[in-house]
Amino acid sequence: MASSISRFVAGVTCALALAAGVAAQTQINGAGATFPFPIYSKWFAEYNKLHADIRINYQSVGSGAGIQQLIKQTVFFGATDGPMTPEQMQNAPGKVLHFPTVLGAVVPVYNIPNVKDELKFSGPILADIFLGKITKWNDAAITKLNPGINLPGTDITVAHRADGSGTTYIWVDFLSKVSPEWKSKVGVNTSVKWPTGVGGRGNEGVASLVAQTPGSIGYVELIYALQTKMSYGTVQNMAGEFVKASVQSVTAAAGAAATQMPPDFRVSITNAPGKGVYPVSSFTWLLLYESPKDKAQAKVMVDFLKWALGDGQKFAPELGYAPLPEGVIKLEMAALAKIRTQ
Amino acid sequence: MAQAWRKDIGFRAGTGVFALLLIGIVGAIGVELTLQSMKSINQFGLDFWRTEIWDPVAGEFGALPFIWGTLYSSILALLLATPIALGIAVFISELCPAALRQPLVFLTELLAAIPSIVYGLWGIFVLVPAVRTLEASLPGAVRSLPMFSGPPLGLGMLSAALVLAIMVIPFSSSVAREVLKSVPSAQREAAYALGATRFEAIRAALFYARTGIIGAVMLGFGRALGETMAVTMVIGNNPQVSVSLFAPQYTMAAVIANEFTEAADELYLAALVEIGLVLFIITLVVNTMSRLLIWSMARSGAKAPAAEPAAAPVPGTA
Repeated sequence: MASSISRFVAGVTCALALAAGVAAQTQINGAGATFPFPIYSKWFAEYNKLHADIRINYQSVGSGAGIQQLIKQTVFFGATDGPMTPEQMQNAPGKVLHFPTVLGAVVPVYNIPNVKDELKFSGPILADIFLGKITKWNDAAITKLNPGINLPGTDITVAHRADGSGTTYIWVDFLSKVSPEWKSKVGVNTSVKWPTGVGGRGNEGVASLVAQTPGSIGYVELIYALQTKMSYGTVQNMAGEFVKASVQSVTAAAGAAATQMPPDFRVSITNAPGKGVYPVSSFTWLLLYESPKDKAQAKVMVDFLKWALGDGQKFAPELGYAPLPEGVIKLEMAALAKIRTQ
Repeated sequence: MAQAWRKDIGFRAGTGVFALLLIGIVGAIGVELTLQSMKSINQFGLDFWRTEIWDPVAGEFGALPFIWGTLYSSILALLLATPIALGIAVFISELCPAALRQPLVFLTELLAAIPSIVYGLWGIFVLVPAVRTLEASLPGAVRSLPMFSGPPLGLGMLSAALVLAIMVIPFSSSVAREVLKSVPSAQREAAYALGATRFEAIRAALFYARTGIIGAVMLGFGRALGETMAVTMVIGNNPQVSVSLFAPQYTMAAVIANEFTEAADELYLAALVEIGLVLFIITLVVNTMSRLLIWSMARSGAKAPAAEPAAAPVPGTA
């Protein structure tokens, strides 16, 4: 009887000691956008290799949910594809700083029977397709831009996101800039009232809808189009060129913004001016409080961000993201000093 | 005697507490749903049930397309599934050779064990292309009817109803089978003694077990109302009210699952929770109506005891 009690006490003590040993690790929790999840996972894993006592845990629950959790302070940092609205910034208990981490692109993917060529799209044409005004692939507007390609008279089926998403935000932000009708009729948000089409869940959902439905068009993150080897078209930028999404063309989009970057980094770079620019590009941001309660965790995150903006950027291209331009990185390093780490 | 009662009091109290706890949980769910959707209830009132617009950007929300989509898909699924489920139940309990009985029972129960997301995946890759081919091959005269109008996408009400029907069949058929098994053999023997044919005897058994069978059908209906993942993958997710089987539409459970995580502003969240409340109310109403129906049938057919089927599951058994 006595020996079993003492064994029990010994067991509990061991468990507590183990727990204490494990707790010596720093664990930081964050949540937010699904779009940068692949690169963030890679970064956290690589950073853990360099600093074995630091574990950063990220849940990709969506930009909106990430912002909500940051405001409620159930996570230490957030991540979003669309910058916080003034209303959300007011609801936060403290000042929130935005730090761009990588660049991404959204591309128009399509599936037209017997057409394997690369199609050219202009912004207004894409807006009209998604508004339901252009309904057939051999519409005069599309054939004018793509002479020499035999487009059939198939109906266009629009595929969009059923779930709220930063990818949608980037896409409709671009459409609002190139089409006043889209801006007034539909607007910009992570979830909108789509005039037409079918909804799929996630980038994968839209990609599979387009792959399965002949005559369909949708929008997905560049990496999904590359990995599923789907046809995606070029989009006309502000300079009038038809540009295909790539690491170079996306970085070029940020290059113009770097010269006019607002101090809080909350800028949209869709439809950016300049040559060689891919117009449907966007930053994705990491959100941190300027004076957080936990100074130790703040120091860890600042060090992590300095690494991510430096060595971390080299992991971006292989995962389908574009690294940030030098000018933006310099500005961010300066802004990181604002975070109170003691 | 009193002493025996006292010894049992712990047992009675314990089980009583569990029963009350369950009622309390259902009540608490209703209360919490109402509280969380107050912002939307105050803004839209009863118009929420009637409005067709769902616009997160402009802040205008209405549940009508979702209520329509849920009820339409569930009723269609029921119409498709009930004859098949009853057929399976009758076959297994009455007509089937004894050797086949166990394997058939096992196979139908297996269908119930498949997770709904697997049905959704199967739906996208197998059912939707098949339905698309079917839709495209219908003759022009049929296509001009409002019920079959629209481009043949494959995704839409028909695919959703088919997936739901397949998911509902095992539940309804297994309950119906149990109910038919519990019909006393005296009933069948009496029918044969009166000179009934095989089919007429089966009909007599079905009549005797009618309340249980209604219960089985309602169980299936309840499952169809709450089904989320399988439906959202094949229904097309377009909030519109349309009688066409080809049109992509939307259900309440699907819109909550799709839009909840990204709903950043308070009114949007409250509107989504209110849709949850609407679904909760509709499920309660359906269950109550089916219970009343069973009671009234039990009363009119004085002796019918019927194996009391379990109440339809609360939405969320996705």
